Amino acid sequence: MTTHAATLDHEMSHEEAANDRVMFGFWVYLMTDLLMFAVLFAVYAVMRESTVGGPDGAELFSPGLALIETLILLTSSFTCGLGMIAARRSNKTQVLAWFGITFFLGLLFLSLEIREFQELIHEGQTLRTNAFMSSFFVLVGTHGLHITSGLLWLGTILFYVNKRGLNAPLVRKLALLSLFWHFLDIVWIFIFTVVYLMSFA
Amino acid sequence: MREFLIGKLSGRALPHEWFTIGGSIAFILLVVGAIVLITYTKRWKWLWNEWLTSVDPKRIGIMYFLVGGFMLLRGGLDAIMLWLQQALASGSSQGYLTADHYQQIFTAHGNIMVFFVAMAFIFGLINYIVPLQIGARDLASPFLNSLGFWLYVGGVVMVNMFFLLGGEYAATGWLAVAPLSGTEFSPGVGVDYWIWSLQISGIGTTLGAINFIMTILKMRAKGMTLWKMPLFTWGSLCSMIMAVTVFPLLTATIFLLFFDRYLGTHFFTTTGGGNPMMYTNLIWMWGHPEVYILMLPSFGVFSEIVTTFSRKRIASYTSNVLGMIGVSSLALSVWLHHFFTMGAGANVNAFFGVMTVLIAIPTTILVFTWIATMYKGMIKFSTPMLWFLGFVGLFAIGGMAGVILAVPPADFQLHNSLFLVAHFHTMVVGGVLFGIFAGLAFWFPKLAGFRLNERLGKYAFWCWIVGFLMAFTPLYVLGIMGATRRMDHYEASTGWQPFFIMALIGGIIIMIGVAMQLVQIIASIMQRHLLADKTGDPWDGRTLEWATPSPPPSYNFTSIPAVSTRDAFYEMKLDGGFKKVYEDIHMPKNTASGIYISIFAFLIGFGFIWEIIWLVVASFIGMLWCLIKRTFDDESEYTITAKEVKAREDAAAKLPSATKSRIQQKEEMGLIEFIRIVLSWAMSIVRRKR
Amino acid sequence: MAKRTKKSSSLRPIVLVVLGLCSLAGLVSLLLRDTDVALVNPKGYVATEQYKLLVTVTVLLLEIAVPTLLLFYFVAWKYRESNHNATYAPDITHGKLFSAYLWIIPSITALLIAIVLWPATHQLQPQKPIYANTDPMVIQVVAMRWKWLFIYPEQNIATVNFVQVPIDTPLEFQLSADETPMSSFWIPHLGGQLYAMTGHVNRLNLIASETGDFTGSSAEINGPGFAGMRFTTRVSTANDFYQWVNTVKSSGETLDAKEYQELLEPSEYNEPVLYSRSEEDLYGNMLMKYTGSHDHHTESE
Repeated sequence: MTTHAATLDHEMSHEEAANDRVMFGFWVYLMTDLLMFAVLFAVYAVMRESTVGGPDGAELFSPGLALIETLILLTSSFTCGLGMIAARRSNKTQVLAWFGITFFLGLLFLSLEIREFQELIHEGQTLRTNAFMSSFFVLVGTHGLHITSGLLWLGTILFYVNKRGLNAPLVRKLALLSLFWHFLDIVWIFIFTVVYLMSFA
Repeated sequence: MREFLIGKLSGRALPHEWFTIGGSIAFILLVVGAIVLITYTKRWKWLWNEWLTSVDPKRIGIMYFLVGGFMLLRGGLDAIMLWLQQALASGSSQGYLTADHYQQIFTAHGNIMVFFVAMAFIFGLINYIVPLQIGARDLASPFLNSLGFWLYVGGVVMVNMFFLLGGEYAATGWLAVAPLSGTEFSPGVGVDYWIWSLQISGIGTTLGAINFIMTILKMRAKGMTLWKMPLFTWGSLCSMIMAVTVFPLLTATIFLLFFDRYLGTHFFTTTGGGNPMMYTNLIWMWGHPEVYILMLPSFGVFSEIVTTFSRKRIASYTSNVLGMIGVSSLALSVWLHHFFTMGAGANVNAFFGVMTVLIAIPTTILVFTWIATMYKGMIKFSTPMLWFLGFVGLFAIGGMAGVILAVPPADFQLHNSLFLVAHFHTMVVGGVLFGIFAGLAFWFPKLAGFRLNERLGKYAFWCWIVGFLMAFTPLYVLGIMGATRRMDHYEASTGWQPFFIMALIGGIIIMIGVAMQLVQIIASIMQRHLLADKTGDPWDGRTLEWATPSPPPSYNFTSIPAVSTRDAFYEMKLDGGFKKVYEDIHMPKNTASGIYISIFAFLIGFGFIWEIIWLVVASFIGMLWCLIKRTFDDESEYTITAKEVKAREDAAAKLPSATKSRIQQKEEMGLIEFIRIVLSWAMSIVRRKR
Repeated sequence: MAKRTKKSSSLRPIVLVVLGLCSLAGLVSLLLRDTDVALVNPKGYVATEQYKLLVTVTVLLLEIAVPTLLLFYFVAWKYRESNHNATYAPDITHGKLFSAYLWIIPSITALLIAIVLWPATHQLQPQKPIYANTDPMVIQVVAMRWKWLFIYPEQNIATVNFVQVPIDTPLEFQLSADETPMSSFWIPHLGGQLYAMTGHVNRLNLIASETGDFTGSSAEINGPGFAGMRFTTRVSTANDFYQWVNTVKSSGETLDAKEYQELLEPSEYNEPVLYSRSEEDLYGNMLMKYTGSHDHHTESE
């Protein structure tokens, strides 16, 4: 209602209105994505004990690695924010630099996660092992896939920023991407808490 | 190598049962026929530019109607096949279908009717009407809308795919309940077809719903606050908010089932710590609200119709809106009533029972506001109004049956019985389908430029309502006699057969009603000049869609109307009508990206079903490529200048009045007249040939 | 402004609709002659109570639905365009009181139903024993593709697709399933259904008050043999029951692990089978396959 009142008060330009709509629509999309994660979290909560005699989280996970992953992702969110400030100031070099660091940190996070998966598989814990492992791999893996698509998206935007310069549509896309990136950060905090910390609680 | 190239596909999978062969032949004939017709009339370019790549919600709406209408015939044929089997398969007779065929047919019937008929029509109506009602030129994201439509089409093709390429459809019931749908009990590709047809169209639905929420909340005409919105728009908003809330659950659940089947995970399996009851919970968390997603726009349609044909404004608009909001919020917290019989404790069952009973409050309020709207009105019984009168009767019956089923101990006796089947058909046919038919009859002049034939429409209505009561009253009785649903056979000593035969006769009468609707449309096209709607406002309408000409130009309004009251157009007419002002208009360009992305999504699903991994990878890359190309295309709009708009409007106004048709046009034709004309036309062709 | 048009005021559509509904009701009651309507013809305490509840709720609902529908169609008919005696007042507004009525009437009905619903759900909870102080007779039920296996642990016999029980004796069916999708155990004459699922024991308490043969079935779809998954429930006097148990004991095969494995093979439309002896622990081992331990999880409170 308030946003609508704002629409009435001052006439938005065609582009402004379009921006406003896209931003709003993206929030709604993030909500649907959050609900999908909610299902995966609920499933994980139900399946936590269903190890069918296999090892549980406390035996399998290493809290240190998860903490490092968390710190990396948090830092990447921070650099992402700095990048957005640069984008608003239309500073192309800084945008490329900050988002470049974000991209690199995302990649680092992803490679650590893949290593963790590899180690588990090496120990004979795959997503076929039991319901607990299925739900773990799918929950964390879905987040990983989101990070991957975020990286792909970021890479493409940076490619175009380099090619076309910082035009308005690209800044809008960066803004959406940074929303997405912060969102993934929050989801990861939940994963860190529910999957890793609570295994040791 | 062969396995790499075509995966599990093989000649053995090709149709070899009589009903799949029949289906295949019918399908191939239809497709070939369509291709020949389009080539012969040289319409390929026109079809591609004007329709398939269109992002105009009005065009997309009509395409939804066409595909949905086609699927209605397919689902209806399934229904007749089911009724016929049940009418025959008593005692020593096994009927004409095997159990497996029978189960595939009812699964397909459920999926088609809910996903590809009801959802299609609802989305079609929302596409066409909502932008007009809120005074918008297009949707917030025209491309997403086109993509959503084409994903829906991808789902439609997928659900019919086994006719062409073989395999089978799921034989699990429309929700593919676990563990029945796992590889342990359903090793074939049937459930995989189910997974991908629902997944692809479901994602399309989510995208579409996000788009409509953006449109309704951000693109209303100046002055139209939420509390001045037309009721159909309100119903659509409630429905779409529910859709974005629950469709992600469906997507996640189907993915989990997919992982179980492809990767060997243990979410819903009987072994490895899996929990099939979780599937039942998750799928119904989506499944119950889904029914209300279909129902709420239909409530909105009826509110529009009852106000227009009673020539009064809605009584207690606030209660009506709150009723719809109440229905949608309660609908999210009742899913457990679908499985009281799973063995939960008494407190849990009783809680969900009470929540379900509470839904009766807002729905009754809606009926009360409609009664009060008719009170001291001047009611014109046009076809839309007849559908409304039929709806309220059926809705009351189905609603009562629903409340009875919501009482857990009663549900223990009625669950999974034909009583339940009769209940939800009363709701979905009476509530949703009648709402769609009423809406189509009501808004048909807007989208076609001419009204539908009233006489034939009334015949169709009476066939439907008589057929419905004939077909479903016996099912209520059979449920009370202890007949379970989904039986392909029963003992003769039960005494059920006469009721199944009665149901079959009712089904046939419904089919006559459907035929009558087709005749009605054809007859109306033949008499389109007589029925032409030249004012754009054939019913003395009350909301903004009637302020546009019929059919409206691509940009809907020359200038966005300013709104100060509810029933905006009605008030405008009291003030002398809608005044045209010409201004520059920004319109979205057509795009084929939606089609391409949907084709790739379809191929991904297809690749997974038949385990053709290169196809999955290639299609995935193709889809990404299309998405990137589309997203980074900054020139997706064009401008029509004010001068051009004026020129177009003037040209439209100057169109020569209807040319005389060969058919004598004094009054709307009846059935006999229609048959006479068709026969004489056929005769004249035969004579000319000689 | 709109004006009333045609003159005739006609009762014809109403008469036709009423006639149509009456003939529908006539047809149904004609077809119902000489048939056994299971839910209206209960043969045990649970089914009787459930039937009573069904009637109570229906009556409560009809009390609001019938007047509402009559009013609805009457208003529609009265204010038809062609009725010149009806007033047309497009601008009437309804006060707050009217809106309040809209909410109060259905709320009262819903409240009444909720008041009936809550205690009834607790009273008729399937897991609850019929008599608080008498131990029920236990029958273990295993849903298989596509047949029902009944094990009588106290009598040490077993049957397939046939179950005989003594009259007026509280029964506890312990429902489970083996290598079979969710099934639903339902004997409509005796009472409501409950799901039979792998790895779970669902307890369904019933009692029969009349002798006779009653059909039971699986109400939940569980594969191609689903429609043929029917069984006969024979209620007999206690004497007849024990006589039957003795006859079974003295004849027929033994249900051992091997025979059990054979039963697990999918088969359709099975004829009843009687086993003179049932190996111990078959049921417990079956559960252990899914839960990994003997203290199986049950769904009851």
